[in-house]
Amino acid sequence: MKDAVAIALFVLAVAAAALWFESGVALNFIMMALYATLLAQAWNMLGGYGGQFSFGHALFFGSGAYVQAMAQLHGGINAWAALGLAVGAAAAVGALVGALAFRYGLKGSYFALITLAFAEVFRILALSVPFTGAGVGLMLPLRAAASNLQFGSPRGYALLLLGVVTLALAVTAWLRHSRFGAQLQAVRDNEDAARALGIDPLRTKLSACVLSAAFMGAAGAIYVQMFQYIDPAIAFGPTTSVEALLGAIVGGMGTLWGPVLGALALHVLSDLTRNLFGALPGINMVIYGLVLVVIVMFMPRGIAGIGRSVRSLWQGGRRG
Amino acid sequence: MAEPLLELRQLSIAFGGLRAVQNVSFRVPRGSLTALIGPNGAGKTTLFALVSGFLRPDQGQVFFDGRDITGHAPHLNARAGMTRTFQIVQPFALQTVRENIAVGAHLHIAGRAAALAEAERVAGLVGLASQLDKPAADLTVAGRKRLELARALATRARLLLLDEVLAGLNPQEIGEMIPVVRGIADSGVTVLMIEHVMQAVMNLAAHVWVLAQGQLIAEGSPAEVTRDPAVIEAYLGPGTAERLREAHVT
Repeated sequence: MKDAVAIALFVLAVAAAALWFESGVALNFIMMALYATLLAQAWNMLGGYGGQFSFGHALFFGSGAYVQAMAQLHGGINAWAALGLAVGAAAAVGALVGALAFRYGLKGSYFALITLAFAEVFRILALSVPFTGAGVGLMLPLRAAASNLQFGSPRGYALLLLGVVTLALAVTAWLRHSRFGAQLQAVRDNEDAARALGIDPLRTKLSACVLSAAFMGAAGAIYVQMFQYIDPAIAFGPTTSVEALLGAIVGGMGTLWGPVLGALALHVLSDLTRNLFGALPGINMVIYGLVLVVIVMFMPRGIAGIGRSVRSLWQGGRRG
Repeated sequence: MAEPLLELRQLSIAFGGLRAVQNVSFRVPRGSLTALIGPNGAGKTTLFALVSGFLRPDQGQVFFDGRDITGHAPHLNARAGMTRTFQIVQPFALQTVRENIAVGAHLHIAGRAAALAEAERVAGLVGLASQLDKPAADLTVAGRKRLELARALATRARLLLLDEVLAGLNPQEIGEMIPVVRGIADSGVTVLMIEHVMQAVMNLAAHVWVLAQGQLIAEGSPAEVTRDPAVIEAYLGPGTAERLREAHVT
């Protein structure tokens, strides 16, 4: 109930901001922050609540993005219908990779590596085969119309993203207050104990993987609509994977609002560093890295857990 | 004897050259409270793992409620009504006591509110009612042992395999825990416990099996097995039974 109220307030506030602001800079900021939030939330479903740290979530993002583009370009399918296909395709890839990884009991760094490896395989495949446009990528013709899922201003995309983010928040809230969520967190915290209590860890992790992949696929599809372009490096390269996991880790894994806060904080940080150190390209990535180190060392629960982290540091300091 | 709830037939497993469990057969009657004892390294926990499905036996079969469940996955066995606890407690550390127990309750209860209510009820049975909102990580060892018990109980198990729920507790805590285990058995749940604390075994178990070096060496009432020379030697070394007897005679 509390979660539902908080989500409603969040949606109202962001929607009001998106409708109020007229400047392109402000609307662009809202759009990109929501986009980053969606990536972090998608990762959080599997990484935060399921404890499976994927390092290759771009795999699902890219699958969604390419299906979105190919369905329109090669299949002549309407963009809204393509969005459904893209989400379905990403979920299917999630099911396939999840089944392989979890069937063979890959956990921890091994799971991170296999997702990374799959993302790389897909990137190289996308570079090689003709129907993805190979290295050149795919370009969508510009036809701004709501029926075509293309908008003349960032406001349209911001509202579309807000809708999907709201859905992701609702799913996350459901994970916090449902049988499936309780079982998923049980598997995360102790797989053997979960098994002894009648939980099938394979099915549970696989379901979370499919859910997470579906939202990642939606993010990929919307990316294609926003920029009308996709290539193998954007789709399957590590940038998106890292953005997704950083947002969730910095904000607080396994929390409802952590990924929102984390994505926002990183987005502000990267904008700031880009403006401050524009003359030194790449410096924003250095700052990114430093922030991650600081967070992992001093705030293991992320921004959302800042109160508890400070308290335990304080108590630890007194004891020591 | 009526059909047993659990039956082991010629169970064996080897890890490389180590024959951890060899040809172990026994039957656990419905509604009984029985114990499996033996020196360290006898294969007791391995036997529990074989029965509950965490390990697959090389040979032999396990029957639960008349059904062959050999090699079935642990979660399937839990659904059928058999669950185990762990000697080294395995709490879901980030979650509260109430949430921990609710995970067990969710096996048969879909609704979140109903599962949380059931968790509260079960916590009362094991004496955790006052600690429901504590994170599991903040519990004492005794509290964590109770939590293991509560979670297993919340699955509505008909057979509980308790792996040393008393280990690591002080005498007072043991004294408090014994009635809890007794209460569970009295409520109709069949209990098979691995236990080192002889005070508890003597107090609780109607029947005891003794495992040493992977083999069943004795069985009977607690009083019988503790007098059995083979059991004494398994614990204290070869020849001790003889020496003890001489010491008493002279």
